[in-house]
Amino acid sequence: MNLTLKIWRQKGSSDKGRMVTYRVEDVSPDMSFLEMLDVLNERLILEGDDPVAFDHDCREGICGMCGMVINGVAHGEQKLTTTCQLHMRHFKDGDVITIEPWRAAAFPVIKDLVVDRSAFDRIIQAGGFISVPAGSAPEAHSVPVPKADADAAFDAATCIGCGACVAACPNGSASLFTAAKITHLSLLPQGQPERESRARAMVEQMDAEGFGGCTNTGECTAVCPKGIPFDTIAQMNADYLKAASK
Amino acid sequence: MKFRRRAQQENQHENRQESRQESRGTAEPAIVGHYRVGEPIQDTKAPAGPIEDRWDKRRFQAKLVNPVNKRKLTVIVVGTGLAGGSAAATLGELGYKVKSFCYQDSPRRAHSIAAQGGINAAKNYRGDGDSIYRLFYDTVKGGDYRARESNVYRLAQVSVNIIDQAVAQGVPFAREYGGLLDTRSFGGTQVSRTFYARGQTGQQLLLGAYQALERQVAAGNVEVHTRHEMLELIVSGGRARGIVVRDMVTGEIETHLADAVVLASGGYGNVFYLSTNAKGCNTTAIWRAHKKGAYFGNPCYTQIHPTCIPQSGDHQSKLTLMSESLRNDGRVWVPKRKGDNRAPGDIPEDERDYYLERIYPAFGNLVPRDIASRAAKNVCDEGRGVGPGGLGVYLDFADAIRRMGREAVEKKYGNLFEMYERITGENPYEVPMRIYPAVHYTMGGLWVDYDLQSTIPGLFVIGEANFSDHGANRLGASALMQGLADGYFVLPTTIGDYLAGAGSFGPVEDADVAEARKAVQDKIDKLLSVNGNRTADSYHRELGRIMWDYCGMERTEESLRKALERIPELREEFWNNVKVPGDAEGLNQALERAGRVADFFELAELMCIDALHRTESCGGHFRAESQDEDGEALRDDEHFAYVAAWEWTPEGPVLHKEELNYEYVKMTQRSYK
Repeated sequence: MNLTLKIWRQKGSSDKGRMVTYRVEDVSPDMSFLEMLDVLNERLILEGDDPVAFDHDCREGICGMCGMVINGVAHGEQKLTTTCQLHMRHFKDGDVITIEPWRAAAFPVIKDLVVDRSAFDRIIQAGGFISVPAGSAPEAHSVPVPKADADAAFDAATCIGCGACVAACPNGSASLFTAAKITHLSLLPQGQPERESRARAMVEQMDAEGFGGCTNTGECTAVCPKGIPFDTIAQMNADYLKAASK
Repeated sequence: MKFRRRAQQENQHENRQESRQESRGTAEPAIVGHYRVGEPIQDTKAPAGPIEDRWDKRRFQAKLVNPVNKRKLTVIVVGTGLAGGSAAATLGELGYKVKSFCYQDSPRRAHSIAAQGGINAAKNYRGDGDSIYRLFYDTVKGGDYRARESNVYRLAQVSVNIIDQAVAQGVPFAREYGGLLDTRSFGGTQVSRTFYARGQTGQQLLLGAYQALERQVAAGNVEVHTRHEMLELIVSGGRARGIVVRDMVTGEIETHLADAVVLASGGYGNVFYLSTNAKGCNTTAIWRAHKKGAYFGNPCYTQIHPTCIPQSGDHQSKLTLMSESLRNDGRVWVPKRKGDNRAPGDIPEDERDYYLERIYPAFGNLVPRDIASRAAKNVCDEGRGVGPGGLGVYLDFADAIRRMGREAVEKKYGNLFEMYERITGENPYEVPMRIYPAVHYTMGGLWVDYDLQSTIPGLFVIGEANFSDHGANRLGASALMQGLADGYFVLPTTIGDYLAGAGSFGPVEDADVAEARKAVQDKIDKLLSVNGNRTADSYHRELGRIMWDYCGMERTEESLRKALERIPELREEFWNNVKVPGDAEGLNQALERAGRVADFFELAELMCIDALHRTESCGGHFRAESQDEDGEALRDDEHFAYVAAWEWTPEGPVLHKEELNYEYVKMTQRSYK
């Protein structure tokens, strides 16, 4: 199939940026979205143009490195799918596809479709961990964990930190990302000693990074490739309130 | 006592060495011109005595660094996967000043994250007869008797601490209704010792290590440099003293100095271009270190996984693994007739060849990874492969659906079927899956001693980047175990013994730094100046094709010789005709790729030389000339029970052999008929 791509090109963080139109021909329906961009880039290199910069690594939907807004939807319209797992068979000959980077105040563009998501790391630094130096752990079976809690913790822990939630949120909020980690650790007995200090520090860091607040639009969970449950945000708010009211 | 034992060993070694040279008289001239044989090499760090006491003994003998001095010592860790992430976090906890580097935008993205299956540990929670000794035994045997006993025993010992550590960090392992940890059995073992977190065990363990690392960043003990790629090692006064990196965002070339350097940069499976590795995985860090004096152990040992989704066309950029558990209920087949391109449903039962069941009636579809992979290649080579390019075999669930019902199949394999459909657009409930083997893991890596120190003092290598522990073949669920054992428990202890002597290291010579920086700058300038008419990616694809065809699942003297002709030709063409756009300022992903491909070219040649010199078959290395009458891999323990540690010299590689002594496990030949 033949496609028209409208891609956001931006040389660097200080460049204004603009949409540029490209034609790609003979796209196989079996290609992944990123492979289609590979084909475009190979051509651009040979033509002496600057290839489109985009982040990607594992290309199997788990590292969280890739992410672009495709036709206005973070990671594209296919549900529960990262950009790298999206395949061209979901498009048809003659389609015009717009491709943009994550857009959020806290995710400045580095180049083209590559953004700086280091704010996520700093939110984790603020408290997204359990303090247990290597070698100091007790025997694993000393604390049983109810299966339902372990499963729910896993559901929250499966976040890949791609940032689609932020890109989709009209407020540019990182609530779903932050709540996923808070919920994961709050549901486990090992996470209890630091539960309140963790919630408080992570929420404060999230605000300090310039992410917006949550107004319950639910756009985040709709685009999340791992289906992080929306109610994790309620868990975060409950933990934060409890900590803040002390 | 200890010394006497060593001396005796050395004597024996030399004697055997001589007789070996004689007996290999016919083989040696065949590879003349490709390499030279140097002095044997030995691990001198593992204490003697009963195997179960060695790690305790080593920990006690290792010198300690007092807490005040630790703060004055800097350690560089390259890579943030399970090994590098856990090592950087632990060294930070101990009080060292740590500088951690990764090429991704966050340490959480390292490719350990993609490991699906699980992590082995000798907890024996099932009471099914597991023990540290059994895990040790299984790993040595699974590695086809090409791993060092002392290292493997320690790995099995430490495995139990890893589970404790991960649980305390909040890793949400699968649990049973009583709240205790669930386990499953995995690839070729008879006990249930694999801990897992659904199909995302690697992700959960990596996030545990990542969180521990970020905690140390907050504490001010670790600096993480993301989007930085190591391009050279700085060796000064005979010691590893730093690295040269490129800031991938600004393009700036930076120097970072330290008292010790730890490489945890992963495996080199991407030398084949198509593999299950992440796109960015590369050999540059270890290859640069190799060229600075670190020996490379067993580069030819590659693991090929039998159940991957086949290539769909020339645009393919990577391959995706499907869990091996599918072979429990799926039946593998191809058409009996060459070039039969009817739809699978139109091929009647008696015109199908269920070749694994036919050739291996006892194990059928459940033969080990290497055997299943090779058999698939053979039927495809005969022209009976299915799907695009004839590079695939069917994995058919029709019988399972008839027998168990669709619902039961869905319950067991639903998520895998979904993943398959997402990628291929085919519904495996209706048409058989197509699978094909793919490069998955490299057992080879930089040679290290029992302390995980390379042949360059002060350069330590951990995780998949080193050669240790797995011998010629890695067992399922053992990669995660090794990465975390190295990072949380082994390296943080052994590196102290080295750093205790830091007072005498002296300053880093300016000339050594300048030389390393110049090498980096020259290479970048050269890549940018060629301005030819082929992209680095297209060269990488062609190199990968050569490696897959001639140094892949089955290797012969002829194929390897062909590869050794083609690789230098193609490399030469690369350096004269590659086109790298843009400049060295700022983000230039094409430049990053070109630099990695250049190093893959050099590594590829060493892999082929190693494969050519090892005329036996063992584990993941199958030499067609060395098979028994049933077509199974035939080891040659008399001549090849050693680690091939390769030294880089401008005149070509020099082989140093590390004799492997089996004091506990008896070497036997495998059989799966």
